[in-house]
Amino acid sequence: MKSTSGSAGAQKKKMQGYVGFSNYPNQVHRRSVKRGFNFTLMVVGESGIGKSTLINTLFDSKIFSDREEMPPSAEPTKGVDVTSMSADIQENGVKLRLTVVDTPGFGDSINNEDAWQPILENIESRFDAYLAQENRVNRSKISDNRIDAVIYFIKPTGHCLRAIDIEFMKRLHTKVNLIPIVAKADTLTAREMEQFKAKILADINYHGIQIFKPVSDEFDDPETVADNREILSKIPFAVIGSEKHVERPDGSQVRGRRYPWGIIEVENENHNDFVKLRQMLLRTHMEELKDSTDMVLYENYRTQKLLSMGHVQDNNVFREFNPLVQLEEERRAHEAKMQKMEAEMTAVFQQKVQEKESKLKQSEEELYARHKEMKTVLEKQRAELDEKKKRAEATARPITPMEQHATKGKKKNIFSGF
Amino acid sequence: MASNDVQDYVGFDTITQQMERKFLKRGFNFNVILVGESGMGKSTLVNSIFASHLIDSQGRRAAQEVIRKTTEIAPVTQTLEENGVRVRLTIVDTPGFGDQCNNEGCWVPVIKYIKDQHAAYLERELKPQRDRVIVDTRIHACLYFLNPGSRGLRPLDVEVLKRLTEVTNVIPVIAKSDSMTIEERTAFKRRIKEELAFHRIVVFPYACEDDSEEDRVLNASIRELIPFAVVGSEEVMELDGKLVRGRRHGWGVINIFDENHSDFVHLRNFMLRTHLSDLVEVTAQRHYEQFRTSQLRQIKELRAQQAAAAATGGPHAMPTQAPPQAPVANVMQHQPMTQV
Repeated sequence: MKSTSGSAGAQKKKMQGYVGFSNYPNQVHRRSVKRGFNFTLMVVGESGIGKSTLINTLFDSKIFSDREEMPPSAEPTKGVDVTSMSADIQENGVKLRLTVVDTPGFGDSINNEDAWQPILENIESRFDAYLAQENRVNRSKISDNRIDAVIYFIKPTGHCLRAIDIEFMKRLHTKVNLIPIVAKADTLTAREMEQFKAKILADINYHGIQIFKPVSDEFDDPETVADNREILSKIPFAVIGSEKHVERPDGSQVRGRRYPWGIIEVENENHNDFVKLRQMLLRTHMEELKDSTDMVLYENYRTQKLLSMGHVQDNNVFREFNPLVQLEEERRAHEAKMQKMEAEMTAVFQQKVQEKESKLKQSEEELYARHKEMKTVLEKQRAELDEKKKRAEATARPITPMEQHATKGKKKNIFSGF
Repeated sequence: MASNDVQDYVGFDTITQQMERKFLKRGFNFNVILVGESGMGKSTLVNSIFASHLIDSQGRRAAQEVIRKTTEIAPVTQTLEENGVRVRLTIVDTPGFGDQCNNEGCWVPVIKYIKDQHAAYLERELKPQRDRVIVDTRIHACLYFLNPGSRGLRPLDVEVLKRLTEVTNVIPVIAKSDSMTIEERTAFKRRIKEELAFHRIVVFPYACEDDSEEDRVLNASIRELIPFAVVGSEEVMELDGKLVRGRRHGWGVINIFDENHSDFVHLRNFMLRTHLSDLVEVTAQRHYEQFRTSQLRQIKELRAQQAAAAATGGPHAMPTQAPPQAPVANVMQHQPMTQV
């Protein structure tokens, strides 16, 4: 959001001495340094592709500890986990709260069709949390844990992007700043890497995927413009990571990987693009990433979300206020709403009545059926008892009047005892 | 035994030379299938092993190309000749394997193809009038490509290896091993061997009771190396005055023939120079025989079922499967592969 040039009324004045408002950026700087910054990074890639190593190398600290070795009998992780790790690091008095979000399990199963889903949900939930905080009554303390950038690790196959790469990037490129990198850059020779990068960019353009790119505008000095162009020429970055130091033939110690045929150095720009990645991510474009997350990605998300919830942009606020027209419109809108509600209610009412009717009918039928059943059972019982009575009368001796009295009274009981 | 030497020499030890001559005349078939995701280095490795451009990579080269939805089977046959020995070499590539988001069942076409070759051979064997030499299209070796950098075997690897080792000789390799340092390779190999043992996956070479002592030693040293960490290259370059195959990086040059750089030489010697006939024989003796036994047993059961049904007679006696018309011709629908 670049400031518009002064509106028609402002005049350009020249000052005769040093006033001092040029010190304003310094004041901003001092305040932000006091406050500290936070930066949230997410890493996505299959297991073993070098995510932890790269993060530890970028920030030169052991953010991620070495992964423990599980026995072969351990169950492989099902699905994708989203875990986060925070670290407070300080450099030259500037405090940074760095949060790295890891996604173990991505791309490791046999079926990875929905591997992107938990990740997208996590990103959106962070937006939701921020949205909720913004809508609070007391907004003095808002904690921002939105994802500022996603580093996506591409396997160095030498061919075009894999299905899972394209699927993931297409699903997420409008929600986060996407920074694809080629992992394990020591797999490919310089020429192979050039061709591979071209294929990746072709695939990205073909599928309309938006990745984060440094752009220069007219306010930037020529040095920055040149830097940006250099960075842009290396995208996607082909990097390696290493936490270990190795000794070069000339005795110096560098971070790198030692092979029987040579040593690849992390910070040697001829060997890989690590330096460019670090430069873009931390030294020059961190603010831009945060800005883009806040102003572009988050705003888009918020707009979509509110629209889908039924809020309507009310542009009437900007037009001239005509009370009569306003009232008329409001009345109409209100009536329409009332009608709609009425219609809905009648519909619901009808439906409920129908349901109740059918239920009652059903229970009526059931009762009837039960009644019939009981009746037949009763008939049967009565028939049985009649039979028994006949048999009993046939075999039994004639009853004495005293017994008759007794049995008459007990008749019911005996029979009801069956 | 000075007196008896000359007269008592019978001469059957020339059988080896006779066999060699026959081999030279007839030539032989060697069929290899490559199983692994796109970009693992399959084509490059095969072209390096046989020192000629045999197959083209089937990977996606342009953004407009559509990603394959299933595993395809792409066999390529060529005749190579070396010192008068001719080999009909068939390389079967499997483009599309493991390349989709959902890879459930991506191994089914591969297993089916291998079994089909066994079935075809069985059919030709069972014919009343057989060809003099049955053309052998059975798969003698399967190179299974592991992913460098993974913790160990991935779930897909476990599933596929279990099924592959039941039907063919499997040789696990890591093709792009130049991204792993020597320590990483050692740790990875150890881990893979542990997991193979845990899942009871048996890879080639197999131990056999009638192995000689030197065979055992050789096999043991081969098993040490598994999975082979190799680097392939079709580029020939000059290194220290010699012409080698290698890869030129900004930080060093890899010579694939150098034992310190990769196990390529060991793999090549293993596959071609020492165990080639083993691979062919074991395919015939072990995998093919297993297949044949199970097939013939199924046919027998089927016939028994039919006979039983016919004996009891009546419309209600229905055979559980479609009755075979003629025993030989029908073998080849080869009855349900319930477990693929």
